[in-house]
Amino acid sequence: MQKARYTLTAIAIHWGMAILLIALFVVGLYMHELKFSPLKLQIYAWHKWAGVTAFILVMLRLAWRLKHRPPALPWTMSKMTKLGANIGHGMLYLLMIAIPLSGWLMSSAKGFQTVYFGVLPIPDLLSKDKAIGDALEAVHMILNYSMAAILVGHIGAAIKHHVVDKDDVLRRMLPWRAS
Amino acid sequence: MNIKVWASVIGGLMLASGAQATEFTSIQNDKSSLHFVYKQMGVPVDGSFNKFNAQLAFDPSKPANAKVDFELNLASIDAGSDEANDEVSGKSWFNTKVYPKATFASTAVKQLAANRYEVSGKMTIKGRTQMITAPFTFTPQGNTAKVDGSFVLKRSEFAIGEGMWADFGTVANEIQINFHFLANASK
Repeated sequence: MQKARYTLTAIAIHWGMAILLIALFVVGLYMHELKFSPLKLQIYAWHKWAGVTAFILVMLRLAWRLKHRPPALPWTMSKMTKLGANIGHGMLYLLMIAIPLSGWLMSSAKGFQTVYFGVLPIPDLLSKDKAIGDALEAVHMILNYSMAAILVGHIGAAIKHHVVDKDDVLRRMLPWRAS
Repeated sequence: MNIKVWASVIGGLMLASGAQATEFTSIQNDKSSLHFVYKQMGVPVDGSFNKFNAQLAFDPSKPANAKVDFELNLASIDAGSDEANDEVSGKSWFNTKVYPKATFASTAVKQLAANRYEVSGKMTIKGRTQMITAPFTFTPQGNTAKVDGSFVLKRSEFAIGEGMWADFGTVANEIQINFHFLANASK
């Protein structure tokens, strides 16, 4: 019997975004602590460009997901666990959209327009306002820590499926065909 | 024609020329502004200076005799963020402890068109003096006049941003300066 897998496109976007988002998170923490310098300004610019890229990728990913539904969750899972998995995935998608949006809005409110790769200006929805900029900075941070917490749950669940439940939930997202 | 008539004609002419020769001598600080735009990683960032003053001797009908002296408190900068404000007062940027002020002293003013002029002069920042030329419009409104102009200053010519900032890859060399002054006529 052919086991249900994610499409290769979905697998590629999943792991590509995993690497991109973890890198964005780590770089975000690092750059915030840097002393003001040309390097800091360069990293901030790259962080924003990568964030815009992540936003584009999640949009493509959602469009793909609409046309190519993911394989069903194993029948061995209880109703509650399935609900938990769906809520968790929904939250991850929500955060993948909300985090770059909050970053873009924060940048505008702080008076720095986002210009994609220094070439394509993305309009400012907000004008410069220090209080709003500071509030959005807190929002961006809280959303990121929420994402990190849910990601820990996501990885934990994948390992549990593989090791404890011994089902194919992890394997069907692996880039190689594991039996 | 008798002498009385001549006297009144001459008097009238003098009054008329007197009314034309309005000399503007100062600016209203609260209604004047000095903004600048610089590019950081390809992104335009706005900034401004809040404390400056100017002394003028500007009669729009005699631009050749005009004189402008401008003084700017460099510590009054808003470079776009708190972090940038702290940075630019330091040694590699304005070094405001040693050089608190930037000054401009005009050497020539010429008329370009109706209400359009061009001022040239010596700009001194951080102990370095360079010739600067800036076109501006001059729009009189009774006893006041709007002065609007802009020019591009190259930060490297004044050693603004030395050391690790000297490269233009992060912060561009060209700084666009936009000035808007409300000038007062002498009473």
